[in-house]
Amino acid sequence: MKGKLILEDGTVFYGDLLNDFKATGEVVFNTGMVGYQESLTDPSYCAQILTLTYPLVGNYGIAELFMQSRKSFVAGFVIGDLCTDGSNWHYEKSLAAFLTEQKVPCLYNVDTRAITRHIRAAGTMKGIIVSEKAAKDAADALMATPIRREVVEAVTTPKAYDMECERRGAPFVVAMDFGVKQNILDSMHRKGFRLKVVPAHTTAEEVLAMNPDGVFLSNGPGDPADVPEIAAEIKKLFGKKPIFGICLGHQLIAIAMGAKTYKLKFGHRGTNQPVKDLRTGKVQISAQNHGFAVDAASLEGLPLAVTHVNVNDGTVEGMRHKELPIFSVQYHPEAAPGPDDNMYLFEEFRAMLEKGE
Amino acid sequence: MPKKENLSKVMVIGSGPIIIGQAAEFDYAGSQACRALKEEGLEVVLVNSNPATIMTDTHIADRVYIEPLTAEFLANIIAKERPDGLLATLGGQAGLNLAVQLAEKGVLEKYEVELLGTPLGAIEQAEDRERFKETMQKLGEPIPESMIVEDVPAAVAFAKEIGYPVIVRPAYTMGGTGGGIAENEEELIETVIKGLTYSMIGQVLIERSVAGWKEIEYEVMRDGNDTCITVCNMENFDPVGVHTGDSIVVAPSQTLTDHEYQMLRSASLRIIRELGIEGGCNAQYALDPNSNRYYVIEVNPRVSRSSALASKATGYPIAKVSAKIAIGYTLDEITNAVTQKTKACFEPALDYCVVKFPRWPFDKFVYADHTLGTQMKATGEVMSMDRNFEGALLKAVRSLEIGVHRLHMEKMEEWDDARVKKALSRINDERIFAIAEALRRGIATVDAIHDITKIDKWFLHKIQHITDVENRLTKEALTPKLMFAAKDVGLADRSIAELTKRTTDEIRTLRKSMDILPCYKMVDTCAAEFEAATPYYYSTFHAQEDEVRPSNARKVIVLGSGPIRIGQGVEFDYCSVHSVWALREMGIEAIIINNNPETVSTDFDISDRLYFEPLTTEDVLNIIDKEKPDGVIVQFGGQTAINLAASLQKAGVKVFGTSVDDIDRAEDRERFDEVLTQTKIPRPEGISVTNLRDAITGAARIGYPVMVRPSYVLGGRAMEIVYNEAELRDYMSRAVKVTPDHPVLVDRYMQGTEVEVDGISDGTDVVIPGIMEHVERAGVHSGDSIAVYPPQTLHAKILYTIVDYTKRLAAALHVKGLLNIQFVVAGGEVYIIEVNPRSSRTVPFLSKVTNVKMVNLATRIALGSTLKALGWHSGLVPPKPYVAVKAPVFSFAKMTDVDIALGPEMKSTGEAMGIDYHYARALYKAIIGSGIHVPMKGCILFTVADKDKDEMKQLVKAFSELGFAIAATEGTAKAIWGMGIDAEVVGKVHERSADIIEWIKSGRINMVINTLTQGKSSAKDGFKIRRATVEHGIACLTSLDTAWEVLRVLSFMRDRRLVYSLAIQDYVGGGDDLA
Repeated sequence: MKGKLILEDGTVFYGDLLNDFKATGEVVFNTGMVGYQESLTDPSYCAQILTLTYPLVGNYGIAELFMQSRKSFVAGFVIGDLCTDGSNWHYEKSLAAFLTEQKVPCLYNVDTRAITRHIRAAGTMKGIIVSEKAAKDAADALMATPIRREVVEAVTTPKAYDMECERRGAPFVVAMDFGVKQNILDSMHRKGFRLKVVPAHTTAEEVLAMNPDGVFLSNGPGDPADVPEIAAEIKKLFGKKPIFGICLGHQLIAIAMGAKTYKLKFGHRGTNQPVKDLRTGKVQISAQNHGFAVDAASLEGLPLAVTHVNVNDGTVEGMRHKELPIFSVQYHPEAAPGPDDNMYLFEEFRAMLEKGE
Repeated sequence: MPKKENLSKVMVIGSGPIIIGQAAEFDYAGSQACRALKEEGLEVVLVNSNPATIMTDTHIADRVYIEPLTAEFLANIIAKERPDGLLATLGGQAGLNLAVQLAEKGVLEKYEVELLGTPLGAIEQAEDRERFKETMQKLGEPIPESMIVEDVPAAVAFAKEIGYPVIVRPAYTMGGTGGGIAENEEELIETVIKGLTYSMIGQVLIERSVAGWKEIEYEVMRDGNDTCITVCNMENFDPVGVHTGDSIVVAPSQTLTDHEYQMLRSASLRIIRELGIEGGCNAQYALDPNSNRYYVIEVNPRVSRSSALASKATGYPIAKVSAKIAIGYTLDEITNAVTQKTKACFEPALDYCVVKFPRWPFDKFVYADHTLGTQMKATGEVMSMDRNFEGALLKAVRSLEIGVHRLHMEKMEEWDDARVKKALSRINDERIFAIAEALRRGIATVDAIHDITKIDKWFLHKIQHITDVENRLTKEALTPKLMFAAKDVGLADRSIAELTKRTTDEIRTLRKSMDILPCYKMVDTCAAEFEAATPYYYSTFHAQEDEVRPSNARKVIVLGSGPIRIGQGVEFDYCSVHSVWALREMGIEAIIINNNPETVSTDFDISDRLYFEPLTTEDVLNIIDKEKPDGVIVQFGGQTAINLAASLQKAGVKVFGTSVDDIDRAEDRERFDEVLTQTKIPRPEGISVTNLRDAITGAARIGYPVMVRPSYVLGGRAMEIVYNEAELRDYMSRAVKVTPDHPVLVDRYMQGTEVEVDGISDGTDVVIPGIMEHVERAGVHSGDSIAVYPPQTLHAKILYTIVDYTKRLAAALHVKGLLNIQFVVAGGEVYIIEVNPRSSRTVPFLSKVTNVKMVNLATRIALGSTLKALGWHSGLVPPKPYVAVKAPVFSFAKMTDVDIALGPEMKSTGEAMGIDYHYARALYKAIIGSGIHVPMKGCILFTVADKDKDEMKQLVKAFSELGFAIAATEGTAKAIWGMGIDAEVVGKVHERSADIIEWIKSGRINMVINTLTQGKSSAKDGFKIRRATVEHGIACLTSLDTAWEVLRVLSFMRDRRLVYSLAIQDYVGGGDDLA
């Protein structure tokens, strides 16, 4: 069945529909060449129509092992070639079967480079996936549907759970789940943390009552300014516990400190973003998925130092509190998908906690 | 200014002559590096013996030395130029080996030259097998169980321990020379003996074979601040077991999960960090298709063939960035040349699929072993891009110019199913065609083919997509839907026509009426994330948006020359690039179409627009439809471009330069005869025959020996000299398929001096920059001869006649641009052999030594200017006071089963140049540069045909006087004793235990002089002797003319060892006082 992606500004991209689910969401592109399953199941894409610039998708199928959350939260999936004959020893099912099972609307055989070029120029915007024959008023109605905003709510764990660690003296961390990727938890676990993963709206009081050695603030979807109540709770943790934040967690630390965030024109989504560590001059390649960034100017006068910047556009990629044991990064050290170059950050966090003891 | 402030002058080592395993990619890398260094205000000194390159142009480096690449010559140049730094990691293995030698000899230390880029220790750590193993073990990176051996028994013992098959890899060689897979002890012994000979340090590695695993490569960069990135990863279509240079390669990897991709990426970064490489590096892995296990197979601590491919595949200029790193920049300080905004410190994101396909020389070396293994055999490669794998694969196939336009070989149609199935298990150049044939017939499933070949099913399914569409085309009506499906899997109009039994023109018209047109997409390193200005495009039918916005400017398309092959090498890329430069100089927009990733012409900043596409009529016309250029230039892209002239003109495209009709008059035998009659120029008597009977009567009338060849040839394909009727019968039945459409030419063979001329004509006047005399008598292909500029033995009258004939031919053929003519001078008369109204392989050589910008002039003339208007007078440019010698270079070591004897079939892959004010010295440099191991003393074996015995005696005498011992078989030895010269008797092949082969193996012979003998068994012996010299790395001269010149060099060396080097700038700068 022929289908199309219609953008808010009226631009149309054509393709074939895999299934008849309809989609509304913010259209964003990811430039990674591998890792479609990890991206599809990254909760940070909640309410977004994800398009991949790499045109051959589904080549190695889907495997349980690579799931980044309990399900896919994307609003839609727009790709080039949808591979029907995936091949890999991990292969469990086809991408097509997975998408349909997850009720993810999928438009394929699309010129995703054209979409990317358009968004690059016009900025991320709302879009819908409909069948080619969809009536105009039906499409208009769909376009008029607001994009869901309580996204953190939608993706966070419904209840707290533990990840025990055999290692003696493993630091105990409360991980606040705003839409955490499985590999963050797995990586921390592998690096020797004992974890308690808690829902996004767990209060500071509750967290402190668990008496952790440190608090981890996860990645997650949406605009950080939409969850001021969470930032308010985080503020209460400052000075009480060492904190490490990633992505949304990083942005929320900034907001809690009094800084501002802003929306990037088309975000950073991919596995090739260069991040410079201002302390060493070294650059690491990072996996990223964010549409908002911390406003560097708003950090002025705050006790936060910028530690990392993006080599491409100079945006803030990492911060550290000048006095307190608090640091954060905008990018994804856990990768999945993406390069493993920044795993050391988890070790730094562990060292921070161990030093505190 | 460079970051390293102590640098003001840097020396760059090129890779020398083109051989299998070390080809044009180093011209690309070297040129880019030199430009990157000059950009920083550095004075660049370049040394490279290969004149056919862009990098040896005088504007690429401040001081260009076209001198032999030996430590001795380099030391000499270093002493003279006193560079502050040496950059050797861009000159392939040759450059790297020289840097190691210069360091070991203390030259670098003595002259305080800093080795830039990757430190010596890192080179040794990566190259020395034992140290590499230690390093990998330290890092915890798995490498296949292996052991270094220095003799055969140790190899056998270790293989017993780990089990067969095992891989044999010699240390310090390039292109896997001398390596191989051994299935059993017998094969092991043979391969180890060979490997030990080729290794610079007499070591080979015996290694566990992981044949059948996935082969994955990563291109990695590291700067002095320890920042590392991977530029690209690549997956081989052919599993481990086939040399990566002989594998079909796809970028990025297709069948790896993110986990696998990152696992190997991280390993690559660990390795480059541990080695401390500063610049580019290549790491190769074997990945178990059924687990997360992997092995590190190899690490190249330098820019390689794969990095050239990765550069073109991604748009990321690895060589340029490596050069900047070498002079102290960090990755985040270097601008991404593609976006101009972002930095070189990122990892390119591709939004297309890249396929590389090797080009093998099996069309020339018909009898060579086609089996692909660990020893690379391809002379070149093509690359293609599309939004899907199928399209990219078929574009690559079309680009090969091997007479196929899809995965279909005509001859396989005649094969029965059993034969097709059998072909699946043979790892050779035809395997992928057999796979397609089996899928097309439905006689084997993807699973079955995977079990046999171990090729990942993902690739096989894609091939099946193509054959499924092919089968539909033969059965179903050609609806727009089916037409789109066919174009979507990359089938050419010609293929669709063949399958639907229509003409290509019909399909093209129908397709256009269906509005099924290609879109052009940009290669921008970043998957469109950032705006880019790179004018680098590929086509796809799998898209909605076309990104090309053609300008209204005056513009011209230059057709490139496709893959490097024997007979059409890097010389033609040199010409294409210069034509582009000339156009840009004239203010005309220059567009280039080419498909060779190794070349300078496909560097994105050479032309105004680069289309990386196959050079077929359809692909070119599609671009013309899009760009609407004023016309195309075909004369610089070798036969590839010339072959397109007629069909492009037929489609209404303006062909600049010599007209299509005049090209045909030069190429068509009968029409050319008319031209010769009209211009009163003699040629060796000859006839054109279409059957065996006519050939026999014709040859008898002309008189043996005769030269036989099919019409329309380049590089002397299937050309032979036959001495009698039996040989003629054999040739006609074996070598050619003779039909009325494909006549065979039978010419009198004239044993005279061959002379070659390149000229530029505007149809009225002709400028002849120089005349070249060949050392080897006619009968040896001009590309395989030693050529000397200016001629050393020709009488003024002969030269006058040659100039006169050239003028007459240029006028008669209305040549507008370049022309190349080959003459033979016999009995004081000049005869013409052939005219090529296009650029030739001697153009770069002649341009450099005469300082005439031949291609620039020819381009201007093709576009309508005249020589007069450009300030040139008709005639021969006065010869320079120095001598330049061009010597051929062969890759016989890579091609087993190929006879190395010189003949009318071209066999060389590259060339080296020697230049000096004295002929003998220039010759010495050319011969040394060409890699012939001329012995200074020792024993020379003579084994020559009866017809050459008299001349041999003179040679024996001369060599003996130089103090060489002489060896010969009994009959010849007796004749030598008769001259009062001592000669050792050596047994004929298999005559006794101490036969010739044994002598060669045991090192008792230092050089062989052998001419082709007639008769089946002696011919076979000759072949064995010649091959033995190759396997054991000793010189074998198969032309007595070459032998005389080697003798000249040797006596010169005895008298005066003094060798000095001058830069090309010194020679052409007119320093006549230096003479």
